[in-house]
Amino acid sequence: MLEQALSGVKVLDLTWHIAGPYCTKLLADYGADVIKVERPGKGDPTRAMGPFFKDDPHPEKSGLFLHLNTNKKGITLNLKSATGKKILKQLVADSDILVESFRPHVMPSLGLDYQTLGKVNPRLVMVSVSNFGQTGPYRDFKASEIVEYAMGGEMYSTGTAGREPLKLGGNVIQYQAGTVAAVATMGALYAAEDQGTGQHVDISIMETQAGSADRRIMYILSYIMAGVITTRWPPPREAVRMLIMPQGVYPCKDGFVNTLSLPQWWSRYIEALGMPELKDDPRFQNIYSAEAGMEFDAIWYSWLADHDKQELFDIFLKSKIASAPVNSPEDLLKYTQLKAREYFVEVDHPETGKVTYPGAPFKMSETSWKIRQPAPLLGQHNEEIYCRLLGYTREELRKLREGGII
Amino acid sequence: MAKLPLEGVRVVALPVVFAGPFATMLLADLGAEVILVESAHHFPTITRGYMPKPPQFLVPTTGATFGGSGGIQTYVDHWAGDRPWDRFVMFHALGRNKLSCCIDLTRPQGAEVFKRLIKLSDVFFESNAADTMEKLNLTYDVLKEVNPAIIYLSMPGLGCSGPHKYCSIFGAQLQALAGHTWLTRYPDLDYTTTQSLIFHSDAASGATAAFAILCALRYRKRTGKGQFIDLAQLESVIPHLGEAIMDYTMNGRVQEPLGNRHPFMAPHGVYRCLGDDKWVAISVSSEEEWQGLCRALGTPPWSKEERFSTPLNRLENQDELDKYIEEWTCRHDNYEVMYILQKEGIAAGPVLDQRDAFHNSQLASRGFFEVVSHREAGTHLYPGMLWKMGSTPMSIRKPPPCLGEHNDYVFKEVLGMSGDEIAELEKGKFIGGDEYLMESIF
Repeated sequence: MLEQALSGVKVLDLTWHIAGPYCTKLLADYGADVIKVERPGKGDPTRAMGPFFKDDPHPEKSGLFLHLNTNKKGITLNLKSATGKKILKQLVADSDILVESFRPHVMPSLGLDYQTLGKVNPRLVMVSVSNFGQTGPYRDFKASEIVEYAMGGEMYSTGTAGREPLKLGGNVIQYQAGTVAAVATMGALYAAEDQGTGQHVDISIMETQAGSADRRIMYILSYIMAGVITTRWPPPREAVRMLIMPQGVYPCKDGFVNTLSLPQWWSRYIEALGMPELKDDPRFQNIYSAEAGMEFDAIWYSWLADHDKQELFDIFLKSKIASAPVNSPEDLLKYTQLKAREYFVEVDHPETGKVTYPGAPFKMSETSWKIRQPAPLLGQHNEEIYCRLLGYTREELRKLREGGII
Repeated sequence: MAKLPLEGVRVVALPVVFAGPFATMLLADLGAEVILVESAHHFPTITRGYMPKPPQFLVPTTGATFGGSGGIQTYVDHWAGDRPWDRFVMFHALGRNKLSCCIDLTRPQGAEVFKRLIKLSDVFFESNAADTMEKLNLTYDVLKEVNPAIIYLSMPGLGCSGPHKYCSIFGAQLQALAGHTWLTRYPDLDYTTTQSLIFHSDAASGATAAFAILCALRYRKRTGKGQFIDLAQLESVIPHLGEAIMDYTMNGRVQEPLGNRHPFMAPHGVYRCLGDDKWVAISVSSEEEWQGLCRALGTPPWSKEERFSTPLNRLENQDELDKYIEEWTCRHDNYEVMYILQKEGIAAGPVLDQRDAFHNSQLASRGFFEVVSHREAGTHLYPGMLWKMGSTPMSIRKPPPCLGEHNDYVFKEVLGMSGDEIAELEKGKFIGGDEYLMESIF
């Protein structure tokens, strides 16, 4: 009986920043044994990125790092040293999966390319996550969240007409790449466990975006199949109106709500507004009338101004209109549905104490998602991994430490 | 040649709109036999068009569409034709490598056929509103009686329990609920004037759902057990906003949107370039990169000024800094800016519109686009695989299916039904068909 879906899967994690670590977090939170390898001294650069617990810029208090590295064991290893490479190969021999997110020239330059590691362990699934992929003219280009979104993603049509293209909030492009990488990793693991075939999986963040269902893939195909260029749109009030009903973000008493309309939903709107008389109103007999839409707006805006956003959500839920409040992170933490489903979890960590984290992205009936341990302190599991797993003595460990290997 | 990872895995799917089709596309790309169960009686709004037979005035020609959702309402050549549901671009975008059969699940005769298919399948996947499968009486409890080892995934917006279980919402509303709309805004505009019709939640929950299925398949391989997966689209996207959540839970701080700026990098933004609506994204993350940027711009006098001398100074004086940078980018093509700055080791790249992406040399070099011939749509290059596998290379093996295109395959070959039985069921319109019946057209 397996305790978790991925119990027994051994993952060697050479990733850093966001995309790679989110991939291995998904694996770890569903049960895989993940060993995170960090460079001695500074560790993963996200340790130096905020937000920090109580705004204290301490390498063990980065909220970003703590969130991304739950359930991983942490060791330090200098991959540039000969001993470091030897140790890495020892770890590879005992792993099912290696995930790395260096720039494409790094692993080959260290002599740790798939050709080499695949010989150490023929069943190894090696996953490389990079900005543009392991091949191609942009292979060695640099990128960042905003550059990845500009080039790979649908930034061109994000934002308001007449303004510059707008980045999506946060670091979601990198998280998405990590999620897609986890799908690819699991696919390759399935083949390895099923057929005994190891392989190298090459993930280009640009391609995870170019094929993304956030609309990018559809818009690119709309161009190919019909020559349509999709650009940034005017806000709802100025947009070409083709329905009576509203579409987009609207102000209400204490904030904003986002509303979507389908042509067949006119009766639901009448119900939600509590205005059955609109059904027979001669102004609103053609739902495809832009003019009638303007007339309806007058009713709509003043009705919204009388209600707060959570109250509106309840009304819309009842009438089966797709509409929701524009929540802040604070609203989200207080949202009743998430509370009822016990979504957020508390994680205890030696440097921060108990802090609330995002919870399971999905619930499985037979096996659990759980936090077995918080993100590792830098080098926290050196002794456990090097001595107990690989059989180094404490004396050897001391020497490795003094030599800057770990 | 090794077989594809999921070859031999059969997935029966009722995916609608974007997230579900995206998830099942990823599984189909990995080699699973994904069979869409559609129905001649029920038109899936948005999935195969906004209406079965749209009047031509509603077929967009240049992206001008009702609701402001741009390219997603496009038909091949702006022509809906006799079978619009087979020419709808959005279905094409996510339909590859899948099969389609038609079964009317609302009547017992159809449900019976469906259960026979479930018996021979590994996974059942659906992304409808939470009450859909209940109304059809095809819940997990019912299907596990038919096939105890079935993996059953439901992914309603807000999950399969809780007071808002039955809330039916789409990507835009999920974005709003999750706090992503909150974080995506021009700092000088409000939420009603910041337009964003890009829905990260569809991508996030779709990919997460594919991952969930793969976890359950591995678990089943080890234990023989199927299971139910309850995926709330909202809950799968929240971890993608982890640092904003943690800032609130650790510090009580509600993060405000930064637009194109960054908490500690400067310059960081999108700058106008030569040409109409041409832009380049640039971000500078270190002192070394800042020096590289100054060199690339010819070390202008302003770059030596005290107010731009440290990362903190640059962060504080970004408005002025951005103006200087844009004065330079304005005189250059956006690709030119990329090549100049990348040479100095700076993250920079053009904002690629859909045409630019289609012609981009990196995507082309890696063979991202693949040729696909489709019975109703003709031959085009389609966006292809989201990653590359060395030993089990993936590709577009099958074009997106026409409605009911694989009726014969499913009923005869998979279910082994006799010609008579099929004819009988087709007569009652319980199965089969390749176009929507009049009653489904509102």
